[in-house]
Order: sequence, then C-alpha cells, then structure tokens
Amino acid sequence: MSDELIQMGHGAGGVQMRRLVSGVFARHFDNAALRDLDDAATLQLPPGKVAFTTDAYVVKPLFFPGGDIGKLAACGTVNDVAVMGAVPKYLAASFTLEEGLPLATLERIVASMAAAAREAKVEVACGDTKVVARGEADGVFITTAGVGVYERGRPARAPLAPGDAVVLSGTVGDHGVAVMVAREQFKLEAAIESDCAPLGELCAVMAEAAPGIKFMRDPTRGGLAAALNEAAAVHGVGIEIHEDKVPVDENVVAVCEILGLDPYFVANEGKVVAVAPAAEAEALVAAMRGHPLGASAAVIGEVVAEPKRVYARTVVGGTRVLEMPFADQLPRIC
Amino acid sequence: MKYLDEFRDPERTRRAASAVAAANPGGREFAFMEVCGTHTMAIARYGLKKLLPSNVRLISGPGCPVCVTPKEYVDHAVALARAPGVTVATFGDMMRVPGSSADLLRLQAEGADVRVVYSPREALAVALAEPERTVVFLAVGFETTAPTVAATVAEAAAAGVDNYFVLVAHKLIPPAMQALCAKGDVALDGFLCPAHVSAIIGSRAYDFIPDDYGLPCAVAGFEPVDILQGIYLLLRQYADGGRRVDNQYSRVVKAGGNSRAREVMENVFDVCDSRWRGLGDMPASGLALRGDYARFDAAAAISVDVEPTVPDRGCICGDVLTGAKVPAECSLFGGPCTPEAPVGPCMVSSEGSCAAAFKYDYE
Repeated sequence: MSDELIQMGHGAGGVQMRRLVSGVFARHFDNAALRDLDDAATLQLPPGKVAFTTDAYVVKPLFFPGGDIGKLAACGTVNDVAVMGAVPKYLAASFTLEEGLPLATLERIVASMAAAAREAKVEVACGDTKVVARGEADGVFITTAGVGVYERGRPARAPLAPGDAVVLSGTVGDHGVAVMVAREQFKLEAAIESDCAPLGELCAVMAEAAPGIKFMRDPTRGGLAAALNEAAAVHGVGIEIHEDKVPVDENVVAVCEILGLDPYFVANEGKVVAVAPAAEAEALVAAMRGHPLGASAAVIGEVVAEPKRVYARTVVGGTRVLEMPFADQLPRIC
Repeated sequence: MKYLDEFRDPERTRRAASAVAAANPGGREFAFMEVCGTHTMAIARYGLKKLLPSNVRLISGPGCPVCVTPKEYVDHAVALARAPGVTVATFGDMMRVPGSSADLLRLQAEGADVRVVYSPREALAVALAEPERTVVFLAVGFETTAPTVAATVAEAAAAGVDNYFVLVAHKLIPPAMQALCAKGDVALDGFLCPAHVSAIIGSRAYDFIPDDYGLPCAVAGFEPVDILQGIYLLLRQYADGGRRVDNQYSRVVKAGGNSRAREVMENVFDVCDSRWRGLGDMPASGLALRGDYARFDAAAAISVDVEPTVPDRGCICGDVLTGAKVPAECSLFGGPCTPEAPVGPCMVSSEGSCAAAFKYDYE
C-alpha cells in the first residue's frame, strides 16, 4: 500500500471504504466505543452537564514543524473543552479527503492524531470519511467534535474586576509563525516549532491552584490580542498588559519583523491565558510552572476599570492599543 | 528566552530621551516631520511621543507607499485582475486598498487570480513556473523597492520572458520633500529622513533641504533609540545654529548611498512626472520603464477597460499625507473609516498615519 492513492471509491461506502476505515482509522484510533463501527458511538458519561464543541481544520501545509493537521485536529478541540473547565473525554472525527492523496500521507496524519488523542486521554469514538474529486479540497480537511465532563461541576467564573491578574502559560506566536515559515512561499528558514499540544492537564492544574479563575481561553486565531479583547468586551472592563512580561521566542520576533506581523495577533495552539483574582495569581503561576506546558508561565498584566480597551504598556513608557483583529494581518511592503 | 523589548533596550531608550530633553533649546515649538511610514509606525508602536518634550511635535509625512498610490492605480490593478489569463501579484498592503468599485481582496473572492508575494522575485518565479499565465506585479514603493523590481525586469529581459509585466507606480522621496518645503503651508522645522530609502539614495540626497530651505535633516534608523537620537540631532542644529544633514544611521546609510542598487534602477527606469495621492502631480517624482524595457509595462502591453475613478468624499488623506492635518481632524476617522472598513489608504496600510493613530494613539 506504500504508493496507494485515495480514490473516489474510498468514500463510496463499499469494500474499498471499509478497508480504509478498518486498515487506517480503526487501527490507529482503536478503542471500545469505535470498535463496533456502528452508525453512532455509545458513550458512558456521568450524570450532569457536559461541554460539547466542534472545530474544522484546514491548515496548509498539512505538516509543519511541531505538528500536522491530525495532531492539530485532536489538540484544538480538546483545548476548547479543557479551557471551559471540563475534562475532555471523547472526539468525533470527520475526514474530507481529496482524490489523489497518498494513503501513506493520510496514515501519517491519522497516526499523529491518534498519538495526540492518547496523550490527551481522549478516545476518538466515531468518525466519517468523504472523498471529493481532485481540486475540490486541499489534501485533507478534518472536522472534530469533542465532549468533556465537568468533573468538579461547571466553574462559576465570576465577572472580571479591576485588579485581577492576567496569566499566560508561555510564549506567544509560535504556531502561526511556524506554519507561515513552513509555507514554501516565504523561503524562510527558522528554528520555530508549533506549540500544538493538548492542554487538558494544564487546565486541571490551574483550576486546582486557583479555584477563583474567572476566564480561561486558548488564544488560537487572532492570538493573545483577540482572546483578551473577548474577555474585556464580555465583562465591560479594560486589560493592561506589560510587554516586558509577555514571553516571545526570539526567532518568532525575527520572522514577525520580516513579515510585518505582530506576535500578539498570531495564533497559538498550546497556550492558555487566564484571568484570576490577584490573591490567587502567585499560586496559579507556581502551579503552572510545575507543568511542562506552563514552564514559562507569568503574570502579564491586570484588569483595569478604564480605559475599556486592551492595551500594552511598552517598555519605554508608551502605550499601544491591541485592537480586536479584523482579518488576517497583511504583510507590509518595506 | 528573549522578550520583545530586549531588542529595544529600555535603558538606552531612556538615556536617548534624556539627551533629547537636554538638547531642547525650549522657548518655542518645534515641528519635525518623520517622512517614512516605518518611522510613523515605530513612533506609535513604542509610544515615543510621550517621551518627547512638550514643545517638540512630530508630524507624519508622505512616506507610506500604499498611501500615496493614487486610486486610479488601484482601479487599473482591479481591471487587470479581472482580465482573463492575468495573475496579479502584489505586496499584501495593496490587497485592501479600496478602488472605485472593489479592492483586490474582493477580486480574489470573485475568483480572480490575485496572489500576495513578499518580493517581485516571487512574482517573476510565478511567471516562469506558469508560462500560460500573464503575470503582473504591482510595482509600488519608493527607492527601497524600485531596485528589486528593476532587477526582475532586467532578468526577465535577459531570459526572454514574455509573460511578466509590472504596473509601475514607483515614487521618489526627495521630490516629495522638496514639494513640501516649497509649498510652505505646513510649518516645518526639520525632517527625520527615512532609513531604508537613504541606504539607497545616500544622505547627500537631502543636501538641498538645508541648503535651499534652511531646514535641518537627520537620517535615522527605525528603533526607538535611533528615532530619539535623530530628534536629538535636529534639536542640536537649532542649538548650534548649523543647518545640515546629520546621519544617525551611519551603520547602514552612507553619504553616497548604494551605487549598485541605483545603477540597476537607473538602467531600467527613467525619472518621470508622477501623481501622488494627496499631493497631486509632481514633476520628476516617479519612475517609468525606459527604452526596450517599456515592453514590460503592464499598462501599455495589456489592454483593459479601467472604470472611471470615483473621488473619495470627505477623505482628507491628502492633508494627512502633507502633515497639514492630523488623522483625528478627519470627519471619517474612527467612524466610517477604520482599519476594518478603510476609506482612504492611510487607514489601510499598517504604516499609514491613520492606521497608526487609530491603533496606538487612543489617548
């Protein structure tokens, strides 16, 4: 099967599809719920509320330093559940495959996704496969849905108040910049890896250390700036961050300068930003630093009553507003 | 691990700000124009205005390439993008500049082949890789980008490439500065001269400003310390009574500039009269393909119907570009015109005065 390609028949419901499902998907994702290959998975959930989310993954290129579309499709959905304060349990995975995709490529993606799911302690309980004609998709698109259980009950999440601490788990901008550099277009080489990682454990550690956490978000598209703007807008407050406290990898800084991007607006896939009462901030940061994914966690700013905007205090004493991003940042001319 | 601000050493920035304060003769207001958009952005990005004495004011100049490109040009680019078989390759800044009926992002959504590139070389590579396409590069920018565009045209000519074209709107900085000096309706006390442009044309290119108009000039780099030192040099000329072009950025800029880059540019382009958005027609302020290279001119080689250009109502980008008005004086600013829905180009480009004011100067 080394040089086999995805054909229209792999999505046609017949023997060819059956082989793909059992030979690739079921083999890598193997778990009790999936094994039956029924029309729907039967899940065992404790009573009470669950968190339920979905996300589509269309990243280009499919493979980039630090990850690939499969790992991303598992981690991204797990993280959306985790930052809600729920423990991620199950994923559904729907694959849209482009005719002509090498089967070996698909298998690499599925194996990587399965490894990420195991690391995140979730099971891929059900899935679907469709094949579209060559040119109608870009290799592979993956849509995942995730279910998580509020094992400690759904967090109350009080409104943000002036003085609350803003805490970030590590460097910003790594994922977005790693993917951009991986696009051959830029002919750039830089030792930057995506931070793509499942955040379930870290989020649990955080909830334990700071039960009063008021806001938690994984700053993906739109980056740190978008996540903070959402927090500020929902609660009608402002947020001040201190640029000298926000960690950014020096290679990320360099690439952002070349491409004219602001790392605070670039996507992350393995970071969490939280707002907690100031009294809990120290314990929160200490606990985060005890987890590998939070090793460079820090308090990066605080909630303010006025102005009701998100802004950064520059090290030379100026301020700059971090607006809610509108669309992609446009690369500059000179 | 490094932090963003380690690259902008706070201690050195503070020392440079102290030097500016010490050099300030006081007793009157000083209005200095930073000509280049990258300076505008850096000043806003670091909140440098807060570090200046209250009698020193910075005015943003016409040095944002997208901002000075006339709307007619965008309409022409849109018409080319609509033409069958044509691929338009452009720097990203141009994508959201509104034309009369559409911008290039809209054209992309309609199915036109519009590609964001990071250099003209990439556009030429597309032409070589896809010989069935007619590839047009949108050649906007100042003396910094013109040599690289010239190099691709020379290369295409040498290799006999017949599907690569450029739509030229290159502009030259010194004629614009001369026009500002000559207009005299903006009270200016000196120029902070661009960093990268000066690396090509040399600091000597500004000699006419102190000589003919009695205004001090200082070439400065783009980091906070560079900019503050540039302002220090301008103030120092008022203290010592001299009028000259000081060069703070001597680690990159030489008096004579980069003669090789200029040679490439001069081989391919002639100086021509040019229309600047906001500044109008200015003699000898632009570039046009010369001699045999004229066959690479997309405007001449590819016949398209360009829609009549609809003038902007209420947009004062022109006054903003000359420093006559600040963005907040525009009735559209922050209302109908925001980075999300820009009316004028000063709001589109990340280096535009209006975008900088909107993003950073909220206080």
